[in-house]
Amino acid sequence: MIAPSAAVRVPLQTTETTTVGSPLLNIAIFGLFVAITLVIVLRASRNNKTAADYYAAGRSFTGGQNGTAIAGDYLSAASFLGIVGAIAINGYDGFLYSIGFLVAWLVALLLVAELLRNTGKFTMADVLSFRLKQRPVRIAAAITTLAVCFFYLLAQMAGAGGLVSLLLGIDDRLGQSVVITVVGVLMIMYVLIGGMKGTTWVQIIKACLLIAGAFIMTVWVLALHNFNLSTLLGAAIETSGNAAITSPGLQYGVSATTRLDFLSLALALVLGTAALPHVLMRFYTVPTAKEARRSVVWAIWLIGAFYLFTLVLGYGASALIGADRIKAAPGGVNSAAPLLAYELGGSILLGLISAVAFATILAVVAGLTITAAASFAHDIYASVIRKGKVNPDGEVKVARRTVIVIGLLSIAGGIGAQGQNVAFLVALAFAVAASANLPTILYSLFWRKFNTQGAIWSMYGGLGSAILLIALSPVVSGGPTSMIKGADFSVFPLSNPGIVSIPLAFFLGWLGTILSRTKEDPMKQAEMEVRSLTGVGAEKATDH
Amino acid sequence: MGSHPVGPAAGSGAAVDFTEVQQTEQFKELRKRHRSFVFPMAVFFLLWYFAYVLLADYAHEFMATPVLGNINVGIILGLLQFVSTFAITMWYVSYANRRLDPIAAELRHELEEAAPEAFIDPAGGTK
Repeated sequence: MIAPSAAVRVPLQTTETTTVGSPLLNIAIFGLFVAITLVIVLRASRNNKTAADYYAAGRSFTGGQNGTAIAGDYLSAASFLGIVGAIAINGYDGFLYSIGFLVAWLVALLLVAELLRNTGKFTMADVLSFRLKQRPVRIAAAITTLAVCFFYLLAQMAGAGGLVSLLLGIDDRLGQSVVITVVGVLMIMYVLIGGMKGTTWVQIIKACLLIAGAFIMTVWVLALHNFNLSTLLGAAIETSGNAAITSPGLQYGVSATTRLDFLSLALALVLGTAALPHVLMRFYTVPTAKEARRSVVWAIWLIGAFYLFTLVLGYGASALIGADRIKAAPGGVNSAAPLLAYELGGSILLGLISAVAFATILAVVAGLTITAAASFAHDIYASVIRKGKVNPDGEVKVARRTVIVIGLLSIAGGIGAQGQNVAFLVALAFAVAASANLPTILYSLFWRKFNTQGAIWSMYGGLGSAILLIALSPVVSGGPTSMIKGADFSVFPLSNPGIVSIPLAFFLGWLGTILSRTKEDPMKQAEMEVRSLTGVGAEKATDH
Repeated sequence: MGSHPVGPAAGSGAAVDFTEVQQTEQFKELRKRHRSFVFPMAVFFLLWYFAYVLLADYAHEFMATPVLGNINVGIILGLLQFVSTFAITMWYVSYANRRLDPIAAELRHELEEAAPEAFIDPAGGTK
């Protein structure tokens, strides 16, 4: 292989380093990814005819394909760059994140995926409004869906800006804004042309690249340490000079408040995953509940393996590069994985890993956008504004226009959120999903007496309390890394609202239900229960 | 088809008395089998996860106890969370294949044969 001549002009060790490897090579590899996926998206879009094609890929994916796409949706840049960086700097406390992210999938597997696949059509609101009053429940579910997608989108777009400064050597605000715009426009193209089918293929390709890249680096790091985890941990301790990095407490053990904060985060992580709308929507792209189950099983294996890789990569970065050099690099904590790639395989591996990180942002943003667009077009436009009197073509047309609006909004938001503390946006998305969506999903699937008032109280109460508590937390004001500098209205001491807002939403769902005088239709309850467990009428296999 | 059913509920239901189906022994058995597995399992893994989180949060010295070289109790308990997640996944899949799927398929076919027009959408999709 011929080494590109432009590579490695800047030695890694100097503190003036603004970039590592070759930006040109990084852009070339990323460009290749975009070109290949665009061709695939174009081919996949040829038979996008109906609403089921556009939103649910004609329910044509297998469990294995969909499970890989779920892993692609879930393993965002925050997971890859964020967790490797967190382990490299804070040691064990970074590992705690990945465990929460993985265990959360059992909620989806055992309680949600199959029942949801059997009772819905395109969106989460389909399930929640099944046996309750259509209009108010659909509106509430669409609002919480849009809120979660928006926070998640903003975090991804702002993260793209940060990644750019590290990988392409673009430091100024204008340059980063241009890159965010390019990412946004590409994403709009994918979703407009490809719909759910195209988006799913992009996720599958990206998941394979990401997991393969992480796997190669993991084997490499382990080979350097005799394939012995203890030796690797020893090397990490030696470089950092701190034996505490292999046990919990460096980040969250500082004070009683940080400990409580971690508990709150753990609650939001484990209960939020099974209520993320863009993950839930993936269950509709498979033909049967059995395939939905298979999807989750695939996702659990892939995501679990990936987080095991990040454990090795995080400690590997800690051992081979050291926390000080990572913190000093542009991009800070997030630069651990790219720096490790450079240390191991030079510019080429760095270019590949950088391209994968970009592809990750692009794919996740596309998945979020189609979810938000489907929710608006299907739940608000078709069901509420037009009261179901619209043909599927009209609905898909509205969904496509919504994609453009959401794309432009997220470009603007991403430019506005540049340089902000973005980790809180992801945590907020999980906390909002766990508070606003999960209680209503579980109650409507498993609690016979649950009614419209309970659903409304739980969804608005969960959404409102989560957002209010974040606004009053040190993330927004009063701390050294707050969004609003020089003001302090942080009445709530924790940066994650989950420990308050999640139990509150469960309580409100119960209270609203028992205080309501109106009874729901028992026929509908029976129908939902029978359909959810048997899959009658939802299995594509019965088509003739 | 010009009409656009909003959810699977729309347009069906009248042809099939779901409350009657809900009362059949067969359906009650399916529901019992499903819930008697998923509820205890969900309680178990949440307790085990939060026991681990609380240990990691409040028992730093215990978690730092060395076991094998530089590998300590914390690393082992963390890896055990991965193992238990994989194990519960495989256990559920095997349970569902053996105990849930056959009875669900039977009920589904009975219902679809009794009232095909209620479940099969002539436009090609399913309701």
